Amino acid sequence: MASTKEMKQTLFGPIFANNPIALQILGVCSALAVTSKMENTLVMCIALTFVLVLSNVSISIIRNHIPSSVRIIVQMTIIASLVIVVDQLLKAFAYDIAQELSVFVGLIITNCIVMGRAEAFAMKEGPGMSFLDGLGNALGYSVVLLTVGFFRELFGSGSLFGYQILPLITEGGWYTPIGLLVLPPSAFFIIGGFIWVLRIYRPEQVEAKEV
Amino acid sequence: MEHYLSMFVRAVFIENLALSFFLGMCTFLAVSKKVTTALGLGVAVIVVLGIAVPLGNLVNTFVLAPGALSWAGFPDADLSFLRFLTFIGVIAALVQILEMTLDKYLPALYNALGIFLPLITVNCAIFGGVLFMVERDYNFTESIVYGVGSGVGWALAITLLAAVREKLKYADIPDGLRGLGITFISTGLIGLGFMSFSGVSL
Repeated sequence: MASTKEMKQTLFGPIFANNPIALQILGVCSALAVTSKMENTLVMCIALTFVLVLSNVSISIIRNHIPSSVRIIVQMTIIASLVIVVDQLLKAFAYDIAQELSVFVGLIITNCIVMGRAEAFAMKEGPGMSFLDGLGNALGYSVVLLTVGFFRELFGSGSLFGYQILPLITEGGWYTPIGLLVLPPSAFFIIGGFIWVLRIYRPEQVEAKEV
Repeated sequence: MEHYLSMFVRAVFIENLALSFFLGMCTFLAVSKKVTTALGLGVAVIVVLGIAVPLGNLVNTFVLAPGALSWAGFPDADLSFLRFLTFIGVIAALVQILEMTLDKYLPALYNALGIFLPLITVNCAIFGGVLFMVERDYNFTESIVYGVGSGVGWALAITLLAAVREKLKYADIPDGLRGLGITFISTGLIGLGFMSFSGVSL
């Protein structure tokens, strides 16, 4: 059994030190489009956490029985089945949000974090460690997504989770919303800024100059 | 005809898969360091999307949609919950077949595109394109136009970004932004540029 220190490292490492989005460029694909509202962002994070943790655990349990020539197909099938479960649950219990998230729940299948962790971690380690690794990476992903969602909703429409925080000028308040933040490109700027701030505090992540 | 032309323009510029739906971002950011490789990947994406979207449309119409199996004697069957699993399988198989066919009959093209094809199986742009097609209820002809159009849009975006990144090498960028950070910000700026097309309709 791994030591407590190692377990802590597996769980908390991916949040800032080895963030899947900011450092490994994984899983940026589908997620950014859902960050214009905190509510959708949170649902997306929960969905990804669910899929990532369960896929990591189940792949890790059967890792010694998967022939390596068909492992990608096996991993894909497990991940796709989990995503179908999430999608059906969302459609049954949160239909409005499922409509807004539209194709992006399905895109969790091709989210590189899930495949990446299955391939890089769950195929080698036991279920316990894989559980922590999945949870850690999902948290790292959620931190970035929730940060982006926070800025976009607060300054783009003056609200958080649908509750008005900054009274809008159109409704007699004082705040003029920044229209840019509702548009897709703003997510890129905020992530760029997030990476910049992260690397100021962790200079070892700065990339070497290209020659 | 006009309807298809306007759909094509929408798919290329206004609803660009990479810049307004963030699809295919992993490859988009990782393979955009040189214009030639970016262009190669872009062409591969056009080819695969151009085939996968119409194919997905056929699969959806004849197998998955509610009542689609009536030709086989199951008028009540509704397999739409199997959509994700089926499409992933179809795309993976398609890429594999494409790779083998190109290798056998068009070796020159295979050498140019070969290394990119496996990357494309897990590219969210393909899967996303197919899912959008189902969601928006395109018919067969529309799905061909949409597939090619969104592929062209993706290819255009990645080539532009690669061109910008080649020049960025000579810029003096703050340490923390070098590499990934500045790439994100330039992508955002290109995206803003594409937003200006949003009023265009034919």
